[in-house]
Amino acid sequence: MRLMTDGATSVDLKPAGEARPFDVVRVRRDFPILGREVHGKPLVYLDNAASAQKPRHVIDTIRDVYENEYANVHRGVHYLSERATKRYEAARETVRRFLNARSAREIVFTHGGTEAINLVASSYGRHFLEPGDEIIISVFEHHSNIVPWQLARDAKGLVLKAAPVTDDGELPIDAFERLFTPRTKLVAISHMSNVLGTVFPARQIAEIAHAHGAKVLLDGCQAACHLGVDVQEIDCDFYVFSGHKVYGPSGIGVLYAKGELLASMPPYQGGGEMIARVTLEKTTWAPPPARFEAGTPPIVQAIGLGAALDYLASVGRERIGAHEADLTKYAMQRLAAVDGLRLIGTAPAKSSVVAFTLDAVHPHDVATVLDRAGIAVRAGHHCAQPLMQRLGVTATARASFAMYNTRAEVDALGAALESVMEFFG
Amino acid sequence: MSDDLRELYQEVILEHGRNPRNCHHPDAPTHAAHGDNPLCGDQLDVYLTVGADDRIAEAAFEGRGCAISVASASLMTEALRGKTLTEARELFKKIHEMCTSDEGGGIDVADGDFERLAALSGVRQFPMRVKCATLAWHTMKAAMEGNAEVSTEDEV
Repeated sequence: MRLMTDGATSVDLKPAGEARPFDVVRVRRDFPILGREVHGKPLVYLDNAASAQKPRHVIDTIRDVYENEYANVHRGVHYLSERATKRYEAARETVRRFLNARSAREIVFTHGGTEAINLVASSYGRHFLEPGDEIIISVFEHHSNIVPWQLARDAKGLVLKAAPVTDDGELPIDAFERLFTPRTKLVAISHMSNVLGTVFPARQIAEIAHAHGAKVLLDGCQAACHLGVDVQEIDCDFYVFSGHKVYGPSGIGVLYAKGELLASMPPYQGGGEMIARVTLEKTTWAPPPARFEAGTPPIVQAIGLGAALDYLASVGRERIGAHEADLTKYAMQRLAAVDGLRLIGTAPAKSSVVAFTLDAVHPHDVATVLDRAGIAVRAGHHCAQPLMQRLGVTATARASFAMYNTRAEVDALGAALESVMEFFG
Repeated sequence: MSDDLRELYQEVILEHGRNPRNCHHPDAPTHAAHGDNPLCGDQLDVYLTVGADDRIAEAAFEGRGCAISVASASLMTEALRGKTLTEARELFKKIHEMCTSDEGGGIDVADGDFERLAALSGVRQFPMRVKCATLAWHTMKAAMEGNAEVSTEDEV
């Protein structure tokens, strides 16, 4: 089958045949960068939670748009504009399918996950929240799901509360529920921790929030590439994710919002594309999603994101999830065997992210030595300083997995960490 | 370990990283500043005690960080003792040059201060680690200039 975002891509993708086993060697061949060396060593890329590498299908699709079908969208009557518009809107439909949203009109393209959260904090926050209203976030959050709410709090006189975290890195549901009051209007919480890999019970969180009359925003930036996401099943009001972590380009993000909610929200930015009629005195807004896409959107990035989601579907999201679960389990065991290594975050519901510290060796020194062995990991606070403070560490090292990582790469990491301990120990 | 890693983590760096000197809060510092590397979350405080003769009687620091930043702070406090503030400023310039310029700023290792401080020059091959080496020095400069806080992301 020739799989297409709109009928024009030149790359063949096979559908995810249920019987075909997951073949990591084959998957790796789809990612050109994995063939390169770093510091004379084969690249072992374990920084996927920061950004994932791109499959050839995405790279080729982007090149194809620029070489053959590029123009601005929704404006021209000419052929190329029509083609680009068609592909841009086809990508929106692909995202709808990816999230199982009811309608493509519930899918807003933004410039990233961060902008999607800022859009809700600004538009929903300005229109629906009153002084004294409460928002619940959690200690786990990435700064991008903290700071926009602090800005909204300061602008509107809101109250911001943070759900706690257990020592294992879980969200204690009882303590979370105790934070609700009649003034609680919104819960903004990650679907999966970018530091610990903990997967949060999204359906249960939404149920609790709705029982208290609050809306729910799930930050799926970390989850979307690892977990199946069904926004109707979860019943969240908003879902946010970024393109570059699901094997797509950077510069593109997605906001899903329930249709009636989106229709009631005012624009986030003003400009072209988002209007129905403009006079010098007054402007009427276009319906969603255009109302929230002021200016020329990230056209090619959106089409590239569509190609990435097509690629994910062709490999099979369930099989990717099973492979990553196996890798995570294997890595937890292998790293626990490294003398002096402490795993941070051991919740049973955990996927694809393994954070750790080494006795007496700072994560930055760990990451520098690993880098010289061709192994890319993240070291630092992972844009989650409140969580670091809660866990009593200033920084951790973090290995994070994608569909193309292997047990052999986990072994390489383990061996390299042992040599780090030897060198500094 | 590769040669450039051994160049970065020279014995003097590892040793000062493990056993930092002057790592405490002095009784009555005359100058103090808090340094912050927001990219990695490392933080340290630098304290100077300047005597009536305008010389640094004691330099000390507190904080947590990587081997490079702790060793750099430790070596710095040793080098500053007995210096005038003008000399300390000169030393800051030389260290900054040594860690950031391609040629290493023409440091003369025969210069007494640089016998050991030259070990910090290994960061030149590791651009992502330069700020680890210079955090303590920027914080010291801020303390001398009466700034309470400094960030590696500030303009210098």
